[in-house]
Amino acid sequence: MSDIAAHPEVIHAVDGHDDGHAGSHGTSTGLSNNKLAMWLFLGSECLLFGGLISTYMLYRGRNGTGPGPDALWDIPLTSISSFVLLMSSLTMVLAVSHAHQGNDRKTQIWLSVTALLGATFVGAQVYEFTSFYHEGLGYTTSLFSSSFYTLTGFHGVHVSVGIIMLMALVAMIGKDKIPGNKAESVELIGLYWHFVDVVWIVIFTLVYLIPA
Amino acid sequence: MTETAIEHTAHPADHDAHGAAGHDTGAHQHHPDLTYVKVAGVLAVLTALETATYWVDLGSFHTPFLLIMMVTKFVLVLLFFMHLKFDNKLFGVLFYMGLGLTLMVYLAVLFSYRFFTR
Repeated sequence: MSDIAAHPEVIHAVDGHDDGHAGSHGTSTGLSNNKLAMWLFLGSECLLFGGLISTYMLYRGRNGTGPGPDALWDIPLTSISSFVLLMSSLTMVLAVSHAHQGNDRKTQIWLSVTALLGATFVGAQVYEFTSFYHEGLGYTTSLFSSSFYTLTGFHGVHVSVGIIMLMALVAMIGKDKIPGNKAESVELIGLYWHFVDVVWIVIFTLVYLIPA
Repeated sequence: MTETAIEHTAHPADHDAHGAAGHDTGAHQHHPDLTYVKVAGVLAVLTALETATYWVDLGSFHTPFLLIMMVTKFVLVLLFFMHLKFDNKLFGVLFYMGLGLTLMVYLAVLFSYRFFTR
């Protein structure tokens, strides 16, 4: 063991914190632990959103004297914001592609476009919430309103967190402050972003398009 | 343990890691940017078809049609944008375990509240 202590660079390599293929060196699976953890996290997120979506499905007809879904939904607006979020997945995957090619400038551009599209989606959601509120749908108006705002609000928070991570990533790439494998860091944020997108694919269909 | 021994111990993992990295690279080689644009185009068309159901009445096919569109879009993003189709299967296993558990638990909840029969 004294030999190891005499060669810290060897310990570094075995721990998997060296350059290049960071994360996958020295792991028992030969795969990046960071990426495995992200997929595990996304799997657990399914349970969170599954619970929220199921609760909404059970309560969507319980609007009492307050306005119901049919009187509120603005399908053209929600369709456009859904399209914007879908296209942000394209720009995100292009950012990952350029990160793997080592093109920092294009990676930053596509990440910024992704954040901008995400912000557009959140802006549309804020507009939607505001108009619903003016039409008499408060958070505690009915079981329907509570479950709707909780579900879509949780999703909106996830998108907002994603935007913060994207902007932080752009800044860190610019200052060359990303430790380890830069492409993998972009890919991990990308996985989170695509997950938020697939959750919205489900919400858009089950909440907005399928009638109560 | 000597330095050489440590290097030998690390080699199998390194080899696998390089294999995985190579696999990743392969996935990206098989998915040039044009492929991503094509997938996004398909997703856009599917979204347009979904939205069209707001104005076009499909009768009893309405809900099944929307569910098929939803699952198709979900799978396309998962396989191509998230690279599950070409990435190591272990990543998919971790995600599908969560997704499968979610479907089982919450379908059981919905059935127990008679959601599908009321």
